[in-house]
Amino acid sequence: MTAERVPMNFFLNGSRREAALRPMARLSETLREEFGYTGVKVGCDAGDCGACTILLNGRQVCACLVPTARIDGAMVVSADGLQANGFLSRIQHAFLRHGAVQCGACIPGMLTAATEIAAAYENPTRQQVLDGLSGVLCRCTGYQKIVDAVMDAGRDPDYLKNPIGPAGGPAVGARLPRTDAIAKLDGSAQFGADGIPTDALWLRAVRSPHMAANFTLGDMAPLFERHPGLHKVLTAADVPGNKCYGIYPDLKDQPVFALDHVRFRGEVILALVGERDTLDAISNDEVPVTYDVLEPVIGLDAALAGDARQIHPDKPGNVLIAADLRKGAGDPAECTHSAAGQWQTSYVEHAYIEPEAGFARRRGERLEIHVTTQTPYMDRDEVALIMDLAPEQVRIVPTVCGGGFGGKLDQTVQPLLALAAWLLERPVACVFNRPESMMATTKRHPARVKAQFGCDGDGRLQAMKMTADFDTGAYASWGPTVAGRVPVHGCGPYLWPHVTINARAVHSNGPSCGAFRGFGVPQVALAHEALMDDLAESVGMDALEFRHRNALRAGDRTATGQLLVASAGLDQCLDALRPHWSEAQETVRRHNDTHANQRLGVGLGCMWYGCGNTGMSNPSHVRVTLSADGRVTLYNGAVDIGQGSYTIMRQICADALGLSVDAIEQVTGDTDLTPDAGKTSASRQTYVTGKATELAALDLRQQILRLANAEESAPLSLRDGTLMVGAAEVALTRLTADDNNAVLTGEGIFDPPATALDQNGQGEPYGTYAFAAQMAVVEVDMELGTTKVLRVVAAHDVGKAINPTLVEGQIEGGIAQGLGLALMEEFLPGRTENLHDYLIPTIGDMPAIEVILVEDPDPNGPQGAKGVGEPGLVPTAPAILAAIKSATGVRMHKVPVTPDRLRAAIITKEKAKVTAE
Amino acid sequence: MASYFRPTDLSHALSALAEGNLTVIAGATDYYPAQVGRPVDHDILDLSGLENLSGISCDDDHWRIGAMTTWRDLIDADLPRCFDGLKAAARQIGGPQIQNTATIAGNLCNASPAADGVPPLMSLDARVVLQDLAGTTELPLAEFIQGNRRTACNPRQLLTEILVPKALETGRSGFIKLGTRSSLVISIVMVAGLVILDEGGHVRQVHLSVGACSEVAQRLSDLEADLIGKPLSADLVKTAHFRGLTPMDDHRGTATYRLEAAETLIKRLLGTLNA
Repeated sequence: MTAERVPMNFFLNGSRREAALRPMARLSETLREEFGYTGVKVGCDAGDCGACTILLNGRQVCACLVPTARIDGAMVVSADGLQANGFLSRIQHAFLRHGAVQCGACIPGMLTAATEIAAAYENPTRQQVLDGLSGVLCRCTGYQKIVDAVMDAGRDPDYLKNPIGPAGGPAVGARLPRTDAIAKLDGSAQFGADGIPTDALWLRAVRSPHMAANFTLGDMAPLFERHPGLHKVLTAADVPGNKCYGIYPDLKDQPVFALDHVRFRGEVILALVGERDTLDAISNDEVPVTYDVLEPVIGLDAALAGDARQIHPDKPGNVLIAADLRKGAGDPAECTHSAAGQWQTSYVEHAYIEPEAGFARRRGERLEIHVTTQTPYMDRDEVALIMDLAPEQVRIVPTVCGGGFGGKLDQTVQPLLALAAWLLERPVACVFNRPESMMATTKRHPARVKAQFGCDGDGRLQAMKMTADFDTGAYASWGPTVAGRVPVHGCGPYLWPHVTINARAVHSNGPSCGAFRGFGVPQVALAHEALMDDLAESVGMDALEFRHRNALRAGDRTATGQLLVASAGLDQCLDALRPHWSEAQETVRRHNDTHANQRLGVGLGCMWYGCGNTGMSNPSHVRVTLSADGRVTLYNGAVDIGQGSYTIMRQICADALGLSVDAIEQVTGDTDLTPDAGKTSASRQTYVTGKATELAALDLRQQILRLANAEESAPLSLRDGTLMVGAAEVALTRLTADDNNAVLTGEGIFDPPATALDQNGQGEPYGTYAFAAQMAVVEVDMELGTTKVLRVVAAHDVGKAINPTLVEGQIEGGIAQGLGLALMEEFLPGRTENLHDYLIPTIGDMPAIEVILVEDPDPNGPQGAKGVGEPGLVPTAPAILAAIKSATGVRMHKVPVTPDRLRAAIITKEKAKVTAE
Repeated sequence: MASYFRPTDLSHALSALAEGNLTVIAGATDYYPAQVGRPVDHDILDLSGLENLSGISCDDDHWRIGAMTTWRDLIDADLPRCFDGLKAAARQIGGPQIQNTATIAGNLCNASPAADGVPPLMSLDARVVLQDLAGTTELPLAEFIQGNRRTACNPRQLLTEILVPKALETGRSGFIKLGTRSSLVISIVMVAGLVILDEGGHVRQVHLSVGACSEVAQRLSDLEADLIGKPLSADLVKTAHFRGLTPMDDHRGTATYRLEAAETLIKRLLGTLNA
């Protein structure tokens, strides 16, 4: 039991307070639970992420590391208290202006840290800002706009007089602030852990500490006796419907609760449900589970060995799925020039700042689940199957989502909460702690990619072969999606007459690998970009010009045989990079002439990325209504996970309808209220849901014009609830309102044109493709093997930037994650299950970034727009590895390129050189 | 039910320690991370009320660093240049929030092999003062830290002060940390050093230490001996000088890498101390 409450006096967010508080409770917990300041975010409880940063007597501290007793006599300010008299503070306003907010989970910590900086320096230097924010992690933004905002905060004394909003004219293309920015800045946004009812019971999963084991459960009665606040122990026997779940209808292989065997460390054995304090007091050692530990199958070699233990009885050889692509019969080995190699990648953790969280409650014969998620409709249908309910009996209400990146596309808290709330008929909440989040949820697939590329004497690509094996871990999750996407993209964004690609997803006792920004494409991009460099060198061509010569263009056919009718802007991206590339090469050359140890290098990475699901239907449905009192409501089911879909859909809607953005109200992502806009994944929301939004708004506009008997181009306006078409008022009150209070309803459904791939991987898997080229400049310390990325220039063909600020934010954030993949991120089960052993880039690790937007419009996308969520990340790691090669002469074949790995490779190369001489 | 005691008087703290088995917290930045997913139910002695233990002072013989002095206090303090290395370490410990909260003494008592405060304090010939109801004991830092998470502090004692000889205050000092990212990072290797040259520019005194390459950070005494009386130069550094280190392989770096990096960093440190 925790210590008795102690009376304390203190100032909290400007008010004098007196309260009896638990002295050793983390201050973060006290501020959230006792005072309702849920703007204090809990990301790790270990001082690693900085999301809970507050000011204690004016100094930034992690509230998770401060005993509550220490606020006695002190002054405490959290992000919730930064506004004065209802006005945003100077810092908050600068964040709004600069588009520094994405998911928002790190923002309270950033704001309080920045407030400390502002108190110390009127006009801080860049270095002072970097130092002051160096203890707060952000996983979305790549930090660029945050730094700009903090540097700019003090520079506009009249900031409140300059309102931010649409300046008139088209909304699409305007740098509008996010719809949800203010709530994320003032701490009022409700994330997964923030809106939990006070009468909720809590749930904690008990997980296997072993990667492979058989187990038996003992008698739970003594546990109940010792802990009267324990209400229920849930096990597999309690599950009324499907005992297992999974992304694909035919691959529901992951048990809600393991029955008698576990396949990965972190698998759920059972769940404890009870009073929160009771659960906190129960140690896992008290729970009677007896394990018979088995030798785990770890890694691709072990999993594919002939005598390997089979992880699933129906998956012989541990192969979950294989997918192939064959176009032509040419062999790269027979080409005039050829290059080959093998690359290896590691488990990568999503490391969103907000861990999994939510609560469920039963309402009669229905279930309502409030949860941080990327996919409300899939959650609804999966929970319905597990609970043996009709889908309509389940309502998913997405909370604000503090980052996803693919990691919140799987079931985590949802089935556990559903079952507990249903059986106990009480609200039940669950919040993962950081080690649990890291241990139990999906990862990026470790991959082994072997490839050979060949071209002719003129530097025209001829034939390529690739085999790519992906360790998909214990359960299928999105493994088939990765295996499906890889053959399409493995040859890179280039024109090839002959392509052979074989991809496999292989089971092991590692963590289940699922969706992570790029679905396997970042892994194969390491191979295709390195081989492009090698071929260019072999031919004697410049690396950029070699790519330019071979770039896929409109009118070309891809390796799957798909004709690219338009919007293939890789050549334009490379054109945009060319002057930077020449200049950087010159800078590198000059520097390296006089520096033997601190060497500079420059490299390129290119990519293409199909927007939407691979070779299958993935429609979005959007509704726009008009009420009798002239209110326009956009029913937008495209869950905003930080990327901005709640902002850009309004922009698209406004222009299609012909009204200003201010006139568009919005209902977001609730399965009872909004139609299904599919998953926020696969870089599909702007393209697919954006198009559906445009169609819905156009549909409503047509109905209005018909009602007014007006011509196509007639202008609409809305003032004080009166809708005007030209100079004529539309009499809305005479129309009959439906259940939704709508007198007119526009519907839009868009399913991107795509066909299934045949057994040779031929078909038209995507409606459109995004293209990009990035250039990285690095500095390598040859003696220590450390790499500092100095500069990235990123040219992206996005079709049309609906909101350039948000597009830049996606690319900058993608670059940060690509940098992490290249240099530091490696998840090791049991060893790096926290944010100080598992490293993601901090603010000081980021290079200067220049984003160049290329707009080669797609004929189907809304105003020509395509996706950008994943493309930002894909080319970064290849560009960094190429830059390392340029600096050191060493081609790295394994990521992350940690200092010890790079140093070892440099030594090997130096020794080889000595031997050769 | 767990107990919580936050005395404002050192004698009360020592009495409490004498009576029961208490978990002592100073900055608490190592305590809470160890409790993630576990109940916070220890009997706690919180030293944060002991204001007398905070701050840096000097007398005739020593600079005295109070046990509750935070890294931020140290960075902000006006100190002679022999503390430059320790200050450099302070700026690289965790992030600003940790520097504002964590104490120097806590870093020593936690006794992590990768504690950034230890090598600079070793090169400052630091001694620690341990106190219990019976009185005080002084120990050299190298004897105080006995191994990974093990110290000479018994459960009845508190570390109350860290002493640095004034005789060293004219020394030049430095610190270099090697990590995989720019902040919030546990060191792969770190080195610290202090040097005093005579009028002729020859080494009169030199202290060099390496952290994260053995259970407890170590002074490089063979190298120090080889440098005495000579002009300060990295050229005298030999691989053999690092033979006493016993680095391990882990996810931050291989043992081979650590050993080589330690040598590289020591050479660079000597270069900066010579500047």
